Amino acid sequence: MIGMISYLAFFSTMAAIFAIAVLGLNLHWGYTGLFNGGVVAFFGAGAYGTMILGGRADATVLGGFGLPFLVALAGGVVLAGMLAWIVGLLTVRLRHDYLAISTFGVAIAFESLTRNAEWLTGGARGLRGFPRPFEAAVGNNFVYGLLFLAFVLLVLVLVYIGLERLVRSPFGRALRAIREDETAARSLGKNPTRLRLTSFVIGSMIMGVAGGLYVSFYAFVSPQDLAPILTFQIWAMLIVGGAGNNRGAILGAFLIWAAWTASGFLLARHAPVAMQIYTGSIQYILIGSVIVGMLLWRPQGLLPERLETSAGPDRTRPAGTNTTATTNKGVT
Amino acid sequence: MTDAVLSVEGLTAGYVRDLPILRDVNLTLRRDTLCAIIGPNGAGKSTLIKAIAGLVPVSAGRVMLDGKPITGIRPDQMASLGLAYVPQTDNIFRSLKISENLALVLRRVPDRATRLDELYTLFPPLAEKRGDRAGSLSGGQRQMLAVAMALASRPRVMLMDEPSAGLSPKIQREVLDLARGLTEKGVSILLVEQNVKQALRVADHCYILAEGRNQIDGPAESILSDPAVGEIYLGGRRVGAA
Ligand SMILES: Nc1ncnc2c1ncn2[C@@H]1O[C@H](COP(=O)(O)OP(=O)(O)OP(=O)(O)O)[C@@H](O)[C@H]1O
Ligand SMILES: [Mg+2]
Repeated sequence: MIGMISYLAFFSTMAAIFAIAVLGLNLHWGYTGLFNGGVVAFFGAGAYGTMILGGRADATVLGGFGLPFLVALAGGVVLAGMLAWIVGLLTVRLRHDYLAISTFGVAIAFESLTRNAEWLTGGARGLRGFPRPFEAAVGNNFVYGLLFLAFVLLVLVLVYIGLERLVRSPFGRALRAIREDETAARSLGKNPTRLRLTSFVIGSMIMGVAGGLYVSFYAFVSPQDLAPILTFQIWAMLIVGGAGNNRGAILGAFLIWAAWTASGFLLARHAPVAMQIYTGSIQYILIGSVIVGMLLWRPQGLLPERLETSAGPDRTRPAGTNTTATTNKGVT
Repeated sequence: MTDAVLSVEGLTAGYVRDLPILRDVNLTLRRDTLCAIIGPNGAGKSTLIKAIAGLVPVSAGRVMLDGKPITGIRPDQMASLGLAYVPQTDNIFRSLKISENLALVLRRVPDRATRLDELYTLFPPLAEKRGDRAGSLSGGQRQMLAVAMALASRPRVMLMDEPSAGLSPKIQREVLDLARGLTEKGVSILLVEQNVKQALRVADHCYILAEGRNQIDGPAESILSDPAVGEIYLGGRRVGAA
């Protein structure tokens, strides 16, 4: 029983961490139309940043400063934001496919950096050892697992609420406008470059949060964690859940992570032994098929962007509008 | 010519360097009047409007708004200078609600609540459908929304690119009458129109453009009777024709 609950807690912690990253991607793609093909770079910047600042001292690398958890996490997030800002300055003028290719390249470069900058990242063997918050105080592994899950869920909820407010704000409205038509937005006084850059940095920082939580959960990070497949997984989560819908993004994260773990489990259990070595590749094919199938049959995702009309429940009046304006007084 | 609110002087502009679409175009829009630009397809009408709005690079000449040069100013800064532009197509945000479309452009307007009420009063159909996605509007209503959005910042000059395109004749007339009506509210209008008769009905002054050059211009009533108009449309007697 305890084993089951503890497995569920592990599963949910991972799913919630991915959900945070998917929310970041949703700000990029769902609300701004930015095709970020290098999610893993920003996730990785958050992960390595957190690990270097908060990890245990290690004579072979520069990092391991053992800073308090929240400080380390914030540092990782800032690092992800800085990386996004630099990448963004160079690339936000690019659209769709070009942006996707260049961000994909950034992710490859970042992975290569972590593999080679041994003095900082420990190279291929990665960084190990992270004093997790309150772990010593709690003692019990099972209870700690639940506590950590609660913390991750809290962060997820905070990110969700923050993003919901952001996309409903004038800033979010402007993002949706430039997503739809940049020229029109420009001639109406919006600055698409600045808006896109801001969105890119905020979304990447959210991915950095996910990366920071990920390493504090595992107390370990290596270039293996930054493989391109993670970018595709996170994309699959967003596409399945529904781009432009933050609840969809979260739902997609849990579903795809469930499918991923289940397929790994089933392959390990039931696939012929000769096939076992291909488990990873088969899973890659599965995730690719899910993305393609979803794009073919339900491109809007399970929970599509809410495009409610006045018939819908959410008929909000803009502030300062009084109903008298609707009574037709003057005509043109 | 002291009452020129917008003037274009010797403008040469194009999408690609060294490949000008417009060559030495001159144009004057007088305060509180409606000026129409007509000409065959591909004449460069849209290009001229876009060059004024800062969306197409200008290689020579200048654009003056109220006597101050605005050539090459970023398009997103034009609105705050009092110049509004209604594109030929894609001039509203279909995925946003009508209220959101308006809120978007009212962001920088200090008295946005009052202004929103004024716009809803001016366009009752928009008020009625304020909670709907703009994509659900009819063609005429879309143009109405596009015009309302351009008007939000109380521009002195409005550039309209074929506001009547794709509309039924009745709605075409309504849209052009709406434009005409705005000149009485202190908005000077430069408008591109395909339908020559309709354009001349509402315009004070008219320019004919072909092959990226000024052909003829004059008061609207005299243009219609000018035999040269037909010939320019048919391809003869063009300035700069190959
Ligand atoms: N984005 C663009 N890039 C390059 N060339 C363009 C572009 N848009 C238009 N052109 C060219 O510029 C010339 C003038 O086009 P423009 O759109 O200004 O014509 P127009 O007078 O508005 O025609 P219409 O009546 O069909 O709207 C055409 O030869 C066209 O091929
Ligand atoms: Mg045109």
